[in-house]
Amino acid sequence: MSVTNVLDVKDLTVNYDNLPAVDNISFDVKQGDCLGIIGPNGAGKTTLFRAILGLQPYSGNIKLFGYEDSKYDSIVPLIGYVPQKVTFEPNFPATVYDVVSMGLISDKRIVQGVKLIQQCDCCWNRIYQSIEKNDDKITQALHTVGLESLRNRRIGELSGGELQRVFIAKALVKDPLLLILDEPVASVDVESQTKFYNVIKTINEQNNITVIWSSHDLDAISKYANRVACMNKKIFFHGEKEKFFSDKELLKMYTESSMQMHMHDHEH
Amino acid sequence: MILEALSYGFMQKALIAGIAVGLICSFMGTFLVLRRYSLFGDGIAHVAFGGISVGLFLGVFPLWTAFIVSIFGGLGLQKLRQSTKISGDSAVAVVLVSGLAVGVILVSSSGGFSVDLFSFLFGSILLISQEDTIMILALSAGIIATLTIMQKQFLHLTFNEEQAKLAGMRTTLLNYAFVVLASITVVTSMRLVGILLISALIVIPNITAMQFGKGFKKTVFISMSISVISVVSGILLSYSLNVAPSGTIVVIAVGILIGTLLLKSTGILGKIDIKNPSKLTHNS
Repeated sequence: MSVTNVLDVKDLTVNYDNLPAVDNISFDVKQGDCLGIIGPNGAGKTTLFRAILGLQPYSGNIKLFGYEDSKYDSIVPLIGYVPQKVTFEPNFPATVYDVVSMGLISDKRIVQGVKLIQQCDCCWNRIYQSIEKNDDKITQALHTVGLESLRNRRIGELSGGELQRVFIAKALVKDPLLLILDEPVASVDVESQTKFYNVIKTINEQNNITVIWSSHDLDAISKYANRVACMNKKIFFHGEKEKFFSDKELLKMYTESSMQMHMHDHEH
Repeated sequence: MILEALSYGFMQKALIAGIAVGLICSFMGTFLVLRRYSLFGDGIAHVAFGGISVGLFLGVFPLWTAFIVSIFGGLGLQKLRQSTKISGDSAVAVVLVSGLAVGVILVSSSGGFSVDLFSFLFGSILLISQEDTIMILALSAGIIATLTIMQKQFLHLTFNEEQAKLAGMRTTLLNYAFVVLASITVVTSMRLVGILLISALIVIPNITAMQFGKGFKKTVFISMSISVISVVSGILLSYSLNVAPSGTIVVIAVGILIGTLLLKSTGILGKIDIKNPSKLTHNS
C-alpha cells in the first residue's frame, strides 16, 4: 500500500509587494516526522505556515495528505496550529477550559476529513475513536500539557509559558493529524521551554502525531526533531538532523545567514 | 408603593418587556464589547432612526421599517469593514451619521418631530401595548435561543477570527449572521431606553461583569443579572419619582459599575465567589 506524505510542498513562492518572502521552496513531511524548521527572523517561516494552512496566497503547489486547496475546507480543521502569538483582549472572560474547548470540532467535520484522507491510503484509524465525550477530550488535552490544575483559571492571569501550553491543548483537543507550531517558545522562560519540548516529544512519539515546528534554537532542534529544514527565504537543507548537524559547512552557512539578518534588522 | 405599581397593567407589561430587553442586550453585548463593537448599538440605533423616519414618512408601522433599514445598515457596516479596511469605529461613525442624516431629512420634509419619534429617541417602555410586549418577548426568545446555540462559534470568532477560520468555521457568513442578530437586538430594545441610550444597556452591564474576572459563562450570567436589576429597579424607581425610566435605568447601571470599580479597587471583589454556571456546550 502506498503511503501518501502528510505534506508535499513544491516550487512554493510567496511574494509581498513583488519581493519574495518564500522563494521557490520544495520539501515533504512524512507521517510521524518531527520536522524542525530553522531560520533567522524574516526567513519566511510564518509565511510558509500560513500558505500551508490556506491563509496566504502563493504560487507553486502544496498538498496536504495528497490533496490540494479545493479540499482544504475538510482537511485544515484536522490540523492543529499554534501561531507565534495569539493576541486577545487582556480582560477576555474566558477560562483555560473555555479556550481549549474552542479547539473542538464537530464529529461530522472529523468524519468528512478522515474519509477524504482514508481514500488516499493514509492510515488514521485512531481518529475514529474521536466520538469520546468532549469533556474527556478537554481533560485529556490539559493533562498532556500539564495544565489540569489551571482549567478554571482566566487566561489573562496566565504566564507566557502557560498560555503557550493552553494553545497547544487547544490544538490537541481535536486529535490533530498534523501539529504546526510557529516559534512556540519565543516568549517562554527556560524552565517552561524544557517542559514544552517534552510535551512535543510525547505528542510526536506516543500519540504518533506528525509535528512541524519552527525555531531559532539549534540545541532544541538537535534534541527534539528527527528531521530538519533550514531556510532563509530559500531552503538550504532538508533531511535527517544527523546529516545537518554533522555538516560544518551547512552550520556555518546558517550562522552567517542568521547574522546577516540580525545586522539587517539592526540597520533598519 | 411597589405593590401598587405592580398592580397596574402598564407596569407589568413594562417590567416583562424590560427584563427581556435587559437579557438580550447584555448577552449580545458581551460579544459586541469583546469585539470592540461597543458603539455598534449606537450606530445601528441611529440607522433605526432613519428607518423609523421612513416608516412615519410613508405612513407604515415604523418599527418594521426600522428593522429592515437597521439590518441593511448592519450588513453595510460589516461590508465596509471587510472590503475597505476602514476600522470598526470609523465604519460605525459613517453608518451612524448616514442613518441620522436620512432621518433628519425625512422628518423635516414631513413637518417636524412627532410624539412617536420622541418616544423612539428617549424610550417609552411605560407606553407599550400588549402587542408590542408579545413582539418583544418573541424576538427576545429567538435572539437568546440563537445566541445560545451559536455561542461556541461566536465566542471563537470573537476570541480570534483566524483561528475560527482554521477550525472550519465560515467566518464571513458568521460575521454577517452576527451583525444581523445584533441589529435585531438593538431595534427590539429601542422601546426601553430609546435610540440615544441603547448603547448603555449593551456596554455598561458587560464592562461591570468583566471586572469580576470570571470565565465566559459566569460573565454572561453576571452581566444579565446586572442588566435585569438595573431595568427592574429603574422602572420601579422612575414610577415612584415620576421621572423618565430610560434615564433612571442607565443611571442605576452606571451606579453599579462605579460601585463595582470601587469594590475592585479595595480588593473586596476578588474574594466574591460566584457559583455555578455549567460548562460550555460544544456542538458545532
